[in-house]
Amino acid sequence: MLEGSIPSRPVYGVLEIRPGRLHLMVADAEGAQAILDLAASAPSDFFAGAHIIYLPKKSGDKFVARLERLAPAQLYVGPSYEAALPRLRRVLAGAHMGLQVYLAGTEGLMGQAMFEATQAGIPHSAIQTEHRGSTVRRVQCVHCKGITEDVTHDPFRCAHCGLHLFVRDHYSRRIAAFQGVRIDAEDPGNIPESVERFR
Amino acid sequence: MTIIFKEETFHDDFTFRNSPEAVKRFPFPFPEDSYMYSVNLEPHKSYRPGSVYERTFDVDEHYVSEMRDRARVLAEDPLRCQSLPHMTLAGWDLLELIMTSKAEEYPELFELRRDGAKWHWINRPLGIEQKFTFLDETTLPYGPMEYITRQTQGDFAVLDQRDDNLWMDAGMVTTQADWSLDFDIGMNFFEWHAPVPKAHEMGIFQRALKFLLNVQQGSPARRLNWTMTVNPLLDTSPENYHKWGVMKKDLTLENMGQMMHLRVELQTFFRLPRSNALVFPIRCYLIKLDELVTVPKWARRFHRVIRDLPAELATYKGFITNRPKIVEWLSRYDDGAATSPGIWPD
Ligand code: HEM
Repeated sequence: MLEGSIPSRPVYGVLEIRPGRLHLMVADAEGAQAILDLAASAPSDFFAGAHIIYLPKKSGDKFVARLERLAPAQLYVGPSYEAALPRLRRVLAGAHMGLQVYLAGTEGLMGQAMFEATQAGIPHSAIQTEHRGSTVRRVQCVHCKGITEDVTHDPFRCAHCGLHLFVRDHYSRRIAAFQGVRIDAEDPGNIPESVERFR
Repeated sequence: MTIIFKEETFHDDFTFRNSPEAVKRFPFPFPEDSYMYSVNLEPHKSYRPGSVYERTFDVDEHYVSEMRDRARVLAEDPLRCQSLPHMTLAGWDLLELIMTSKAEEYPELFELRRDGAKWHWINRPLGIEQKFTFLDETTLPYGPMEYITRQTQGDFAVLDQRDDNLWMDAGMVTTQADWSLDFDIGMNFFEWHAPVPKAHEMGIFQRALKFLLNVQQGSPARRLNWTMTVNPLLDTSPENYHKWGVMKKDLTLENMGQMMHLRVELQTFFRLPRSNALVFPIRCYLIKLDELVTVPKWARRFHRVIRDLPAELATYKGFITNRPKIVEWLSRYDDGAATSPGIWPD
């Protein structure tokens, strides 16, 4: 579970089987386990209509063989979200009525894929999410607008402009990111020690 | 009524000042000696001739310089003005509302001639004359919302109404108290208010939203909000916080009266006719503490409000570090006498 309630942050649930013609699943790292758990209650022909886009990240090949065993119609294992994005967009663009979307894993992955799906016109009611694994945050620098992925520490250095940022508890679904604000704006150079807040 | 428009700046050399007349009409936001969040909404009706509440969109001595400041900020950062594709009609609604109100209420300054869809707009203070076709975007140099809000003081959030909520789907935001349109665009009422302390738990946002969803065309509403700003900066955006935040450090008891400003937002709410969107103008008024204490009632009351404000609010509003200094300075103007109810000078 993610701690702390921020009204601008989405609430994530637990994936469940829904009737549909095509089941698009996008997951990263531990998110694979959410798909495997879903499989436990799936009807036998379910994965024949499934397309899985999976980004193992640090979990390596821990889950890949098990996902293959589900025998989905299509299984894509990719190196990063950016690499998978053209494929995701293509699938969404070709989606017809009856598409169900299942997102699982880190908040950054789900947020970005959610944005793509809603941009493609998929109704919210056909998109489910389940948070699994790391609580690292995707953070947008409010000053330079660059996004730093997988932020674990607070404050941290913006990967783009180099300012020291604190992570504000304000979340944009459109950007799928938290807001980072310069920590020493009022007293330049006074930067508190960085602590690991997100794992 | 003639307005003499001032030449002044809101950056670098900060030459902004209020005339004594502008001080007298300042929208002092405290009806009593203490302050807490509340659902402070009332009808946006004209009253008190000369006050900022007299007209639909108040135009004052800072108009021309404020519009120049907006153009400067937009040139630096075009993301301060954004409109999602479905909001263009609401932009036309807003353009119509502003042009018709200003032409009617300030005939010496603004003129609108209409012949069917052929419109002719004259803005004398800014030296603008524009013929265009209403609802045809190709006939204006900017989208309709951007075009008209480059000529109107205050920020604008244009809210789409759907699913019993309001969605911030367009806006012009260059004079904001530390929030980002670029970050908040597309959010709903509860989401963009997420960083505000206490008010969620107090149920304020639930009640306020319910009220706003029912605002009817022709019956606008208004409320005041306030914060404090070091130097007369209209643009206190999070984008530029790494540039203006450091100015807070320069505050001393000696420069307090000139550097510290009370910043008041006159926020209004209008239902728009074609789009059914809600427009939320946020008009920022600044006053130096030296100017504010020329009204004895305001000086006494402001001292008490700042002294007793809950720490969470002073932190959120960004002056917790400077509060002791501000209170010390203001205390010189508070003899402990009782203050009369209401916001107006005695
Ligand atoms: C639909 C119109 C409205 C818009 C677009 C709007 C927008 C905002 C924004 C962007 C903030 C800054 C949040 C941040 O820190 O990032 C804010 C603050 C706030 N809003 Fe609203 N708001 C609206 C209506 C209202 C209403 C009707 C109320 C009624 C009670 C209200 C109460 C507040 C309060 C109490 C704050 C904190 C202000 C402070 O302490 O300085 N808002 N609003």
